[in-house]
Amino acid sequence: MYDIIAQYPLSAALVALTGLSVVFGAVLGYAAIKFKVEGDPIVEQIDKLLPQTQCGQCGYPGCRPYAEAIANGDTINKCPPGGQTTINAIADLLDVEAPSLDEEHGEESDVKTVAYIREDECIGCTKCIQACPVDAILGAAKLMHTVIVSECTGCDLCVEPCPVDCIDMLPVAKGPGDWKWDMPATTEEQIKNLHSHDIIATDQNNNDNGKQDGGNAS
Amino acid sequence: MRKVWDLIGGVHPPENKHQSVQSCIGTLPLPEKLIIPLNQHIGAPPKLLVAEGDSVLKGQVLAEPNGMVSAGIHAPTSGIISEISAHSIPHPSGMAARCITLVPDGHDRWADIKGVENYREHSPEELLDVIRQAGIVGLGGGGFPTAVKLGTQQSISTLIINSSECEPYITADDMLIREHAKDIVEGIKILSFILGEPEEILIGIEDNKPEAYEALEPYLQDTNIELVEFTTRYPSGGEKQLIQILTGKEVPNGGLPADIGIVCQNIGTTYAVQRAIQQGEPLISRVTTVTGNACETNKNYLVLIGTPISHLLEHSGFDQSKCPRLIMGGPMMGFTLEDLNIPVIKTTNCILAPTGEELPTPPPAQPCIRCGMCAEACPASLLPQQLFWHAQSHNYEHLEAHNLFDCIECGACSYVCPSNIPLVQYYRAAKGEIRKLSLEKINSDRARERFEFQKTRKEKEEAGKAVKREARKKAAEQARAKKANNPSGNTETSPADDIIKAAMARAEAQKASPQEQRAKLERGIVRAESHLESVQKRLNTLEQDATEKQREQALAALEDAQLRLKDAQQKLADLTLPSDTNVSNTEKTVMEKSQASPREALEKKIATLKERIVITLKKIAEADDESLKTALQNGLEKQQTKLKDTEQQLAETPAQTNESTTTPETENAAAAAIARAQAKAADQASMSDEDKLKATVESLQNRLIKAQEKLASAESEGSEHIDAFRSGVEKLQAKLTAAEAQLAQETQ
Ligand code: SF4
Ligand code: SF4
Ligand code: SF4
Ligand code: SF4
Repeated sequence: MYDIIAQYPLSAALVALTGLSVVFGAVLGYAAIKFKVEGDPIVEQIDKLLPQTQCGQCGYPGCRPYAEAIANGDTINKCPPGGQTTINAIADLLDVEAPSLDEEHGEESDVKTVAYIREDECIGCTKCIQACPVDAILGAAKLMHTVIVSECTGCDLCVEPCPVDCIDMLPVAKGPGDWKWDMPATTEEQIKNLHSHDIIATDQNNNDNGKQDGGNAS
Repeated sequence: MRKVWDLIGGVHPPENKHQSVQSCIGTLPLPEKLIIPLNQHIGAPPKLLVAEGDSVLKGQVLAEPNGMVSAGIHAPTSGIISEISAHSIPHPSGMAARCITLVPDGHDRWADIKGVENYREHSPEELLDVIRQAGIVGLGGGGFPTAVKLGTQQSISTLIINSSECEPYITADDMLIREHAKDIVEGIKILSFILGEPEEILIGIEDNKPEAYEALEPYLQDTNIELVEFTTRYPSGGEKQLIQILTGKEVPNGGLPADIGIVCQNIGTTYAVQRAIQQGEPLISRVTTVTGNACETNKNYLVLIGTPISHLLEHSGFDQSKCPRLIMGGPMMGFTLEDLNIPVIKTTNCILAPTGEELPTPPPAQPCIRCGMCAEACPASLLPQQLFWHAQSHNYEHLEAHNLFDCIECGACSYVCPSNIPLVQYYRAAKGEIRKLSLEKINSDRARERFEFQKTRKEKEEAGKAVKREARKKAAEQARAKKANNPSGNTETSPADDIIKAAMARAEAQKASPQEQRAKLERGIVRAESHLESVQKRLNTLEQDATEKQREQALAALEDAQLRLKDAQQKLADLTLPSDTNVSNTEKTVMEKSQASPREALEKKIATLKERIVITLKKIAEADDESLKTALQNGLEKQQTKLKDTEQQLAETPAQTNESTTTPETENAAAAAIARAQAKAADQASMSDEDKLKATVESLQNRLIKAQEKLASAESEGSEHIDAFRSGVEKLQAKLTAAEAQLAQETQ
């Protein structure tokens, strides 16, 4: 063995290297198949960012179809319920410039609403049930219907079909539990709200003697 | 001496504690009313047990814990529940929540309460239940139900009692220890018993409270409780920080102290536990510091839960003009109060009324100079500066990567920042946004699931229908093929097909041999006549002694026979009539039926039913036999109800307009609604506000007209839903008037 290697050092090296490359190649190839990482398809990822209100304002019958359309090159600013936050998130995902919401499809509103059926006026026609994309309405023919508030996405689709006009979209009541802190005022806003004795000379023009804005921790 | 570790970071703001420790804990006269918020703790709101107008005794349960993480509330004094309604509560939002208003009767009469005699004879579970029922929550500020914290399943090796009280101005715990050291130590023993006697029991106390230290010491002789003093430095009272100071251990990221065998309790909570177990007294009062230069007297009070802040301030010589903002809590972590009628709750440890000079408004923030002082001050070893940048740019991913949720919101970073950046406010806001987003995410995931589920369900239904349709088509084809092979053979097909085929066969037969047909029909008539005769005979014989039922049967048979005869005669007449078409009546009806829309079919049905009713009426008039008359009357009633039903059905079947004829009603209602919504949105987008209003008015007008039509038809049919339709019309009218008024305003 040693003799042969000593005799033909070049060939021995070649044989050894070839052997090594074959072995590692096989191992890597096996690993590539065995531990293949399933990529999240882009449609899934976009769909995850959409608000799932399923309202159809984007021009597609639901959020997933719109996600597919975006994946196929449609513009990303057609979803009013998601608003700018959603547009930004999708722009981030697709690595494109974030446009502002296309007003053609509706306006963004920051009040979340849910449907409410005035139950004593419901005639049990089942029309709203058929219109609800998320099965959030409970009822049966000729019986009183009602909305499962926790499941209602506020898509508005059930209001129009009601023949006796007994469905209202009501804003969701907010309690202290839903409240969150606002971002602090910017320096310019703070300066505007200061008393005259609190500011330095160069800030004078902005002074309007407004109420002092209490910061929290000193 | 025990080794103590140093607090990481931290600051040392002016303590300002001396003002409020000059006199002992005071009491206040009963306020005019107590406002007791239902939810004063972290967790589910308790279940209300009283109603407006009830009179209650001191210590009586007003609401009991509802679910695992919850706490009850009790009447702080005897009196009458005057109101249960929304009232502003101590919360940074200044929002209102459900509160019980109690008007004291002045007697302060206790309900029947009894403590546990020897707690060592009870199981920890029983004691935990007493604590739970007594409504005890963490009094240090967290408000987490104590029974839940003590009921941990992990084995606990260290119990830490937190009396650090590191925040400036607050002295409630200090004073409580000075005056109730004995009870507190008793309470610690109870906690230790409940936790299965942990090896170590430590009381952590800052070295700025020597009086409290001395008060506690004598009671700790011959116990395994250790009193540990350490340097005063804010925020040593944070749970994780105190654990680190006393044991050198760190609570893992996102974990609980119980994960490393430690339970931490505030010293005020310990006292409350002692009262609840040994005296049976629920948590109805607490020690609160009232301090600040805008108050003449600075001291601690034993305050009933629910006492309005205004009552406290009144008895402290508060001068509103000197106090630009009133703070609940301390200067570092407290929040501003907007309303003086806000009540004291279980977690209110301090009311701070500073003057403008005492706690000046921070000057405007300036750009960050990257000095790094904030990072040095941060007790949680975070990078406040980085968090600040990311919070400003709403970069939530990076915020979480920088462990934003480990921030205890102590405000040390804001305190040291030379640029006066309100750092902690950025973190609070960012946390709120992230929480909101994750909640939205959960909701939207659920909505997606439900939407997909509905879609698959509808697809399944559709597929099922398609299969059936296919099967029917196949069967028809088979039948046709069979017939082609074997023209006279009977085939099994659906009823409509059968009728058509039979009719066609008949027509063919007619065409083929009218003679034969005629003879057949004549034979039929003869048969029918003889049948009629026999039935009549049977009826006659029955006449005398038949039971009612038999008679009815016979009458029905008679009727049937008559009809059959008539039928046969009619057929014969039809045959003799010269007919240029070989399509029979039945076939015609079937074909018409299959072509007609549901609404037309219904209308037709109504027409035939009406005809039949007229005929029956005539028959009744003609009938001379009493029993025949009743039978006919029965039939008439049935026909009438059927007619009503059909009319009802017709009312519910929408009139088909030109656009919607192509829309099968049930399946595409959603699609249609979506299309309508889209059209609306598209239209609106290109309109000015005024146009939009006009469009609204127009659509409302249309809807009104529709609704009025519906109402009219409902009235003419005597529908049972007339009222619903009518109120619908009224509502629409109201909406329309409002919209028109708005439009008028807009155009002016
Ligand atoms: S507009 Fe937005 S919420 Fe509505 S269906 Fe389209 S993607 Fe979904
Ligand atoms: S109940 Fe109405 S508003 Fe709510 S999701 Fe269903 S259709 Fe939309
Ligand atoms: S507020 Fe948060 S970031 Fe600032 S010092 Fe305290 S723990 Fe650190
Ligand atoms: S202390 Fe203030 S100025 Fe200094 S690095 Fe931190 S945020 Fe910037």
